[in-house]
Amino acid sequence: MDNIAGQKSGLSIVVNITVVVLVLLWLLPTIGLFVSSFRDRDQISNSGWWQAPMAVDLNFRTRADTDDEREVNGSFVIEGNVFADPALASRFPDATGRVAAFGGRAVAPGEFTVGTTAELRSGALLTVMEDGSFRLEADESFGARGPLIYFEARTPPQFTLANYNTVLRADGMDRAFINTLTVTIPATVIPILIAAFAAYALAWMDFPGRGLLIAAVVGLLVVPLQLALVPLLSLHTSIGIGQSFLGIWLAHTGFGLPLAIYLLRNYMVGLPRDIIESAKVDGATDFQIFVRIILPLSFPALASFAIFQFLWTWNDLLVAKVFLPSGAASQVMTVKIADDLLGSRGGDWGILAGAAFVSLAVPLVVFFTMQRFLVRGLLAGSVK
Amino acid sequence: MHPVIQGVLTIVIGVGGCVGYFYFSNMILDKVIFPARETRPNRTIGLPVVFGLPTLALVLGYAGPLVLQALAGEASMISAVFAVAVTAMLAYYLLKFALWAFPVDTVSPGDNINRANKVRPWLFLFPAMFALGLYLAYPVVGSFWRSLFDRSGANFIGFGNYMDLFAGSSFRTAVFNNLMWVLVVPAMATFFGLLVAQLTDRLKWGNIAKSLIFMPMAISFVGASLIWKFVYSANPDIGIINATRDFFGMAPVDPVQIPFWNNFFLMFILVWIQTGFAMVILSAALRGIPEETIEAAIIDGANPFQVFFSIKVPQIMGTIVVVWTTITILVLKVFDIVYTMTGGNFGTHILPSYMMTYMFRDDGRATAVAFVIMILVLPVMIWNIRQANKEMR
Repeated sequence: MDNIAGQKSGLSIVVNITVVVLVLLWLLPTIGLFVSSFRDRDQISNSGWWQAPMAVDLNFRTRADTDDEREVNGSFVIEGNVFADPALASRFPDATGRVAAFGGRAVAPGEFTVGTTAELRSGALLTVMEDGSFRLEADESFGARGPLIYFEARTPPQFTLANYNTVLRADGMDRAFINTLTVTIPATVIPILIAAFAAYALAWMDFPGRGLLIAAVVGLLVVPLQLALVPLLSLHTSIGIGQSFLGIWLAHTGFGLPLAIYLLRNYMVGLPRDIIESAKVDGATDFQIFVRIILPLSFPALASFAIFQFLWTWNDLLVAKVFLPSGAASQVMTVKIADDLLGSRGGDWGILAGAAFVSLAVPLVVFFTMQRFLVRGLLAGSVK
Repeated sequence: MHPVIQGVLTIVIGVGGCVGYFYFSNMILDKVIFPARETRPNRTIGLPVVFGLPTLALVLGYAGPLVLQALAGEASMISAVFAVAVTAMLAYYLLKFALWAFPVDTVSPGDNINRANKVRPWLFLFPAMFALGLYLAYPVVGSFWRSLFDRSGANFIGFGNYMDLFAGSSFRTAVFNNLMWVLVVPAMATFFGLLVAQLTDRLKWGNIAKSLIFMPMAISFVGASLIWKFVYSANPDIGIINATRDFFGMAPVDPVQIPFWNNFFLMFILVWIQTGFAMVILSAALRGIPEETIEAAIIDGANPFQVFFSIKVPQIMGTIVVVWTTITILVLKVFDIVYTMTGGNFGTHILPSYMMTYMFRDDGRATAVAFVIMILVLPVMIWNIRQANKEMR
């Protein structure tokens, strides 16, 4: 098969390169966020994720300790090491590092190169060496509070689970995770059964109006969800369900049914007629045929719909926003990220990336383990 | 009650209820109402079940209370009359059906089985039809009806909501943007899908490549938006686009704030998600092309491009159209991307996101926007139904 379709080696290289480029384009954004979710949050905003394995120049500041002040030849001198500051111990555990540049003002923390002597605005002279040792010299005593020294230092790449820790413990993502599961599982299980019976009737039972009903299902397949929101929410409110888990289960069941019936019917119609007819001749009722023959044979179609419905309900934002109360107690992960985290922690990329991957983990696992069924379901629904 | 326990209970009740409903309704049908060995349907049980109980339920649950409320002045007289009329009509047809199904005379032994088999499809279909009717068919009418009323829902204002919408510039922007989405996203997703499907067709590592390009399908729109927010970030130390610009010495820009073009940056997120879908289906269609047609073309001296454009594409045209329409329908539903990326600012609103700005605030406007979406979907819907009918014949 490799030689047909006029494959020339030159073309084949072009094809390979194009596919590599496309795959990278499709993969890089996800990898970017994934790598970032493990990075220290200061490092995220100071160097791109593609530089994650490299050291990062971060800005720090330390206050010169006036206890070390000495008087030398009529001027006052403080000597010390910027890395000795206990406040920076978490960054430089062994109190050593490499200074890249230094400065005396917060707006220009790296205006002077290491080894040079700079005059601060107070008139004091500051020298910082590469190993972090500094020397401050002034004509008058520094008083009780020493001046601030700003410096840029290389920090080794730090990979941490801190973002995940924060997201899961402090930001309530654990609760949202449970809520998402609570929404998803009943909303996946219930429509399957209802749809399977209906699909069997539409595929294998003869009754007037069957064609019309199938056409109606195909039509309902494309009814925009937006139409259902207002009337159903007021219906739920009037019968006492209101915004609740029960309401969202019912809503997802209703919205998932057309696809379920359509997929299952397409699959069941293709089952061999002989089996069903010989079972009927042997005296099996429709109920028995359905339970003993059709259901086991339709397992692939049932599985593919289950995956669809699972992914769709897990990833849904719209239905959850409308049919669930907006409080933290019943927020699902998509709502949590879109409304809560993006709003209040819009700049905190570590938290956002961690939260995103907590919500993506389950669908991605489902996707890669059950891709076979997913593809089969897609094909049953579309290719004629 | 804790939601998790509630969930487990719902599964048990839901699944148990479904199985129980199907099992017992069939059993009653076969053993009690139309016993197969008898020569007569069971009239004493059949009549009350088919006619008596539903009529009683309608009278007690629907018409009765409304009439009482109307008499007490709490409900309008028209609705009470309407309820009585509906109830009477349904009861009449139920009675007619019951008298046909349960004749007084003896019938031939096979007749009972035949009658049972005529009723059975409706037993199988009932729960699905009920749910579909309530959750998808009723809202089409219900939304339209609601859109004719003002914000409070008390005053009928005809097409007032629609007039106000079309008069506002933000709505027109949303419609215009939405039309762009409908044109661009399906076209690009189908194009990339076809490209990848064709290129990976005979590649050794084609399946891995396809699997990776398919992956965004599993990612939520919110997750995808977050992933791309990262890519589009204006900070050259975060966003890879601005990092590249920085590398060439250009000033950073914020892609989602460039007027007009920001729409295309948002669209690309959906293209990124949907390409995998198009690829999977088109790849299967390409595999289904008869090998002989391609071989014949090669023997006739066609180059790879001619083979692709003149032999392969025409043969999978039907599938391309299906993919195109499926993505078109999806585009008209997705509000998540705009909502998460820009919140509709910088002129990026589309109809679904525009509707959400009115949701919970002005139901009349919200339903009017939703109905405009429905009208946009209508041609696709009709086309789909006609296709489905053609196949069944």
